Amino acid sequence: MVVVKFYNNSKFRRIFFQVFILVSFIALIVFIVNNMFANMEKRGINTGFRFLTSESGFGILQSLIQYDETSSYGRTFFVGLLNTILVSFLGIVLATFLGFFIGISRLSSNWLLRKLTTVYIETFRNIPILLQILLWNTLFRRLLPPSDLEILPNIYISREQLTIPEITINPFFYVMLVVFFLLIGFIFFYKKRAEKKLFITGEGSPVFLVASVLVVGYFVVFIALRNVSFNFVDPIPGRFDFETGISIIPELFSLSIALGVYTATYISEAVRSGIESVDKGQREAAVALGLRKSTIMKTITIPQAMRVIIPPTTNQYLNLTKNSSLATAIGYPDLVSVFAGTTLNQVGQAVEIMLMTMAVYLLISLFISLILNIYNKKSKIVER
Amino acid sequence: MAMEKFIKKPDRKPPKLIQSGPISWLLKNMFSSVTNSLISLIAILLVIQSVPFLVSWFLVDATWQGENRAACVENSGACWLYIREKFNLFIYGFFPKAEYWRVNAAAILFFVLIAPLFFKKFNFKLKWGLSVMVLYPVLTFILFYGGVAGLEVVETNKWGGLMLTVFVAYIGIIAAFPIGVILALGRNSDLPIAKYLCIGFIEFWRGVPLITILFMASVVLPLFLPEGVDLDKLMRATVGITLFQSAYLAEVVRGGIQAIPKGQYEAADSLGLNYYHKVSNIILPQALRIVIPSLVGTSISLFKDTTLLLIIGLFDVLAMVVATSADILWLGFEPEGYVFVGIIFWIFCYTLSRYSFKLEEKLSFKKN
Amino acid sequence: MKEEEIIRIENLNKWYGNFHVLKDIDLCVCRGDKIVICGPSGSGKSTLIRCINHLEEFQEGSLIVDGIEINKDVKNIEKIRSEVGMVFQHFNLFPHLTILKNLTLAPMLVRKKNLKEATEIAMQYLERVKIPEQAEKFPGQLSGGQQQRVAIARSLCMEPKIMLFDEPTSALDPEMIAEVLDVMVELADSGMTMLCVTHEMGFAKKVADTVIFMEGGQIVEENEPNMFFNKPKNERTKLFLNQILTH
Repeated sequence: MVVVKFYNNSKFRRIFFQVFILVSFIALIVFIVNNMFANMEKRGINTGFRFLTSESGFGILQSLIQYDETSSYGRTFFVGLLNTILVSFLGIVLATFLGFFIGISRLSSNWLLRKLTTVYIETFRNIPILLQILLWNTLFRRLLPPSDLEILPNIYISREQLTIPEITINPFFYVMLVVFFLLIGFIFFYKKRAEKKLFITGEGSPVFLVASVLVVGYFVVFIALRNVSFNFVDPIPGRFDFETGISIIPELFSLSIALGVYTATYISEAVRSGIESVDKGQREAAVALGLRKSTIMKTITIPQAMRVIIPPTTNQYLNLTKNSSLATAIGYPDLVSVFAGTTLNQVGQAVEIMLMTMAVYLLISLFISLILNIYNKKSKIVER
Repeated sequence: MAMEKFIKKPDRKPPKLIQSGPISWLLKNMFSSVTNSLISLIAILLVIQSVPFLVSWFLVDATWQGENRAACVENSGACWLYIREKFNLFIYGFFPKAEYWRVNAAAILFFVLIAPLFFKKFNFKLKWGLSVMVLYPVLTFILFYGGVAGLEVVETNKWGGLMLTVFVAYIGIIAAFPIGVILALGRNSDLPIAKYLCIGFIEFWRGVPLITILFMASVVLPLFLPEGVDLDKLMRATVGITLFQSAYLAEVVRGGIQAIPKGQYEAADSLGLNYYHKVSNIILPQALRIVIPSLVGTSISLFKDTTLLLIIGLFDVLAMVVATSADILWLGFEPEGYVFVGIIFWIFCYTLSRYSFKLEEKLSFKKN
Repeated sequence: MKEEEIIRIENLNKWYGNFHVLKDIDLCVCRGDKIVICGPSGSGKSTLIRCINHLEEFQEGSLIVDGIEINKDVKNIEKIRSEVGMVFQHFNLFPHLTILKNLTLAPMLVRKKNLKEATEIAMQYLERVKIPEQAEKFPGQLSGGQQQRVAIARSLCMEPKIMLFDEPTSALDPEMIAEVLDVMVELADSGMTMLCVTHEMGFAKKVADTVIFMEGGQIVEENEPNMFFNKPKNERTKLFLNQILTH
């Protein structure tokens, strides 16, 4: 029998190597934690999460939920989180529209449009996002009027804020909401029935016409009855500030515009490469069947391109959300700014606060990659 | 019956009318249909609206010379005088004026050191290139920091401007490379503990914004270190940036490793190569070559991301705009400063991305 | 009685940039004709049949299909394309749609048929190519031969007057070529006008009225199959036949 020296045994090597890694890793963690406790004790820093319930003592410029100086740090956390979500959402909407528009335009047969989109992409993606945020913010501060100016009835704009009427919801609004859903349901039902009728009798129905008349009609009624659905409290200019009305800070716009414009350059690349990834033969086959250019785009090219477009685009949404943390540079009260910034300065419990902040972003990342994995599995083109 | 001979007809040039001529070019490329014409008109309108404005702001109405800011107030365009006045601060930060030569020397040194790579007859390109990459930052640090050979010590809190930006980006990219490669190999390995540790590490750094990492580096990292060990702020930030970059690099390298066909592993195994030889001679050389364009891409991203240093109070080139525009004599010229710094970044990033694009084309050409 | 003319090509010339791919092509096809085009690769045979439904533009000459002249008019081109079916070397089925959807798409959108009619026609042609049971599957789940038969059925659903085949069997494994050729033979027997670019000489002998040999962008020989294979007129044709038939 051949005797294998124990240190050359492949199984031994595997186990030994892994145990070695694990032990060193644990040793490192123990070392760090030990140092941490020693340092914190020496500097007199509290530990634990009890600070979350104590009074914050500072105000926040913009909050989607009730918040004032007497609110707790825990509430500060949620105000910041909601502001992060708000600005990311606005940025994502802008980035998506711009990105698709630019990406499709880059493949246009129009020379000038192609060149302009190239200039757009090359300009905005090669300049740091932080610089763009600062520049947009400065421009807003420069170009907006110094004192409140009524640009539309009851809508005021200034360097400090955009002020719109306060809106409260009346019970009638819920009636309108129910009507809206009933309407949508009816349109779906009508469409299904029309398809069935088409299949059986070959007679078409004016689905699009009926649907658009209903939707337009609904909105006309909705606008006509707006004062029944809502109570508007118009902004009344006071001595220093408005006494009523909702104020929105311009940082929200400069941040979401900067994020949207920057991220759109990456999304447009994804859109372009997605469309280009569709095999040339697909277009030829569709053309040979006599389909129109616009129909080919809608039924053949886009559905196949989406499989390639969606994963990188989702990653860009994630990047945008992470980049929204640069809000702290212009003073927009996002999670990092109010929690990892102001709160940390006041409380001093750096470890707990950074842990909570990073955990939020990590959870968002994990959640999105989970969804992406599911999507990738589902969208795979069926093969043998 | 005699057979016909095959007579090849001579090639002709295509008829002229189809190409050439500016009118037919316009018709074909801008006004081929109603929609196209409409798009062209809107685009032309956009250009007419914006280009003259930009040209007059940048050049025609701009102020280039003068004594103080009063010279700028007269003109409606950009105040480039402010940039001229603060130029040294943008490049060297608060580095002592008498020591500027050290920064310049470091820049010149770089070009001197890489010069041999452009000689055809130089035979040790790879070895030389690698040693320069590793040794250059060490030399630069000594040159900047001083304290040896009679050089005066310049503390890192005096470093700033473009010099700091380039220095941090360079260190981040170089130092992250070996870590990234090890992480990539770890993630691809069949040892579960190594694999999951690497996955955890990579996903952690990729999942959080760089700004939180920089906060960690500036407020939490000191708590992790044993008593008496003190890293200065710049070092801590650099450590954070390096770890951040290594996670992104790892994913890029992993992409390259996965692109290598299984046959290469099998061939290497069947030749009896051990893991180390297999990886260093067969797998990595091929994998790294594939991912060169993406490596350049992540390097560009990192370079842009170094601007975040301003948020933790280090004076990179962007932070110098904020700092100089607080000068009471030169208040209110942030836009000029941002545009100037934007142009610097744009030139760096655009050149690099063009370069990586060319490389990509060259590499994909070779493959075919 | 003179047969009815369906395609007339006169003095057709085409360039890719400065490269002269088709030189002075003249060709006349009558209704019900079966024409096989062969020749070495790069001889312009695929380009020629792709010109017929305007997948490729040409620079000189005229091309009339079913009484419609191909010119810049988009409506004419769309009309011709809906009358001319085409089968590609790589099938080009739409991978995101089921077989049935692949077949009903164009009849519904171009011919404005309703779903019921379109489905009936589709099933009828799927029966004809002998794979009705695959209707609900996706293209990726079928073998190459089955995919090509679906592609033929897809073209037939538009009830075209002319069928173009661009090397329909070149991308197939040998054991699948026969099943596709069977379908094509049956189609030929039904009286369809067909232009096939193919190297399947057995098929040519069996169904073709005319065999065309192309080389260097020009038609070298146009002959009926018997003469073409046994007594070719041109020495270049003979050389080509020797090359492909000796093995």
